[in-house]
Amino acid sequence: MKKSEIPQDEGPLKGWTREVCYAKNEDGKYERGLSAGWSVKNDALDSAWEEVNKSVEEALKQVRAGKMSPIFYFMELKLMDVAVLAHYTGFWKWTVKRHFNPFRFKKLSDKVLQKYADVFEVSVEQLKNFK
Amino acid sequence: MQEFKHYQAAHCENGVTVGLLKQAGLEQITEPLAFGIGSGLFYIEIPFLKLQSGPAISFRTFPGNIFKRTCKAFDVKLETKKYRDEEKAMYELDALLEQGISVGCQVGVFHLSYYPKQYRFHFNAHNLIVFGREGNDYLVSDPIMEETTTLSRQAMRKVRFAKGVLAPKGHIYYPTSIGEVTDDKLVAAIRTGIKRNCRDMLRIPGGVAGAKGINYTAKNIRKWRDKLGERKAALYLGQIVRMQEEIGTGGGGFRYLYGAFLEEAAAITGKEELLIVSEKITKAGDMWRDSAVQMAGIYKGRLSAQADYNHCADILNQISAVEKEAFLQLDKIKI
Repeated sequence: MKKSEIPQDEGPLKGWTREVCYAKNEDGKYERGLSAGWSVKNDALDSAWEEVNKSVEEALKQVRAGKMSPIFYFMELKLMDVAVLAHYTGFWKWTVKRHFNPFRFKKLSDKVLQKYADVFEVSVEQLKNFK
Repeated sequence: MQEFKHYQAAHCENGVTVGLLKQAGLEQITEPLAFGIGSGLFYIEIPFLKLQSGPAISFRTFPGNIFKRTCKAFDVKLETKKYRDEEKAMYELDALLEQGISVGCQVGVFHLSYYPKQYRFHFNAHNLIVFGREGNDYLVSDPIMEETTTLSRQAMRKVRFAKGVLAPKGHIYYPTSIGEVTDDKLVAAIRTGIKRNCRDMLRIPGGVAGAKGINYTAKNIRKWRDKLGERKAALYLGQIVRMQEEIGTGGGGFRYLYGAFLEEAAAITGKEELLIVSEKITKAGDMWRDSAVQMAGIYKGRLSAQADYNHCADILNQISAVEKEAFLQLDKIKI
């Protein structure tokens, strides 16, 4: 890549930073340059987020339909999977999966809910009275 | 110890390596040198493992290797620590800062409050340098940023104890002493770095790592559309592009870095042949860029035929051949 070809496409980096890249100057030598971003990568990031948003929407539907507990929704919202959530809370993976069950969820103690609330950065109230 | 100077880099681990070693007195070090001496260039697709429900691909060596190897090459003595106790981890960081020591930290980016939200996934192998504290705020040199920044105590604790794959466990590291740096030592470091990189790219058994590993991914790409359906297959391609660098620019950035390293190595060692290999690696970088553009056509929904997937795979097969040839040539050069 030539230094003049370093992409300068606006994206999520805007207003935050530019990134270093190495490219060839006019004499064919490597030099450092700064890039504002590259549309190809921005699009890859966008498509990853589209997928995340779809999962979150789907999770919300399932919670509203009474098929899943709010814990499942917040897990998706915070981009976690069962393994990451289990690691953060200190529960076993199978325990976390049991807590996805809305009936079991209703019986959880405040102490257990507090752990989830801390990880999700919400209040216990928000977990209990999910809207 | 000199005053800490922020060093921006294309890649976080290189940047931390350069930042800490420059402060310890290794003036000659640059990002490309650290990357090459640490044998940073690599390719691997780890079979059966999925990351963020996509293929687990890396374009560089395992996290921590570049720093460790570069330090070893210059007889740098290191202190490195991981913690179970969060309280103790924060206390010891404060104590080091009190003594004026700048500390490298492994962190997770999900809670990194100064990052744009779009980049905040559960990725735990980011590196930064903490070089001071003002009240409740840590002074942070994040190598991918143009300027230094700050992070609150609360956020610092969260990022140091992020959970999930490669959990940092409060991991900190800093150089304690450095040997005398002579020209001979620099040449030896370059030689070792190159030899080790040739081994990693050419001679790892099995077909998933090194130049061969690129063909493995190519073979998988040809099957994705039938096996996974169009939507998921497109997302997988997006993941490949995102993995080319975490944040870095223009696909194949690691290849350009290695090209720049060989150019610097040629100047230091006087081996002109290294420039020919540098050209080849640059070509591979350009081809990675082309492949990313082609893949973007698919995940943006503009292209969707099997022939388009085959085209991506074909480019990867060509890249594999170019990188193999480049490293075979590099392997023969006596430094």
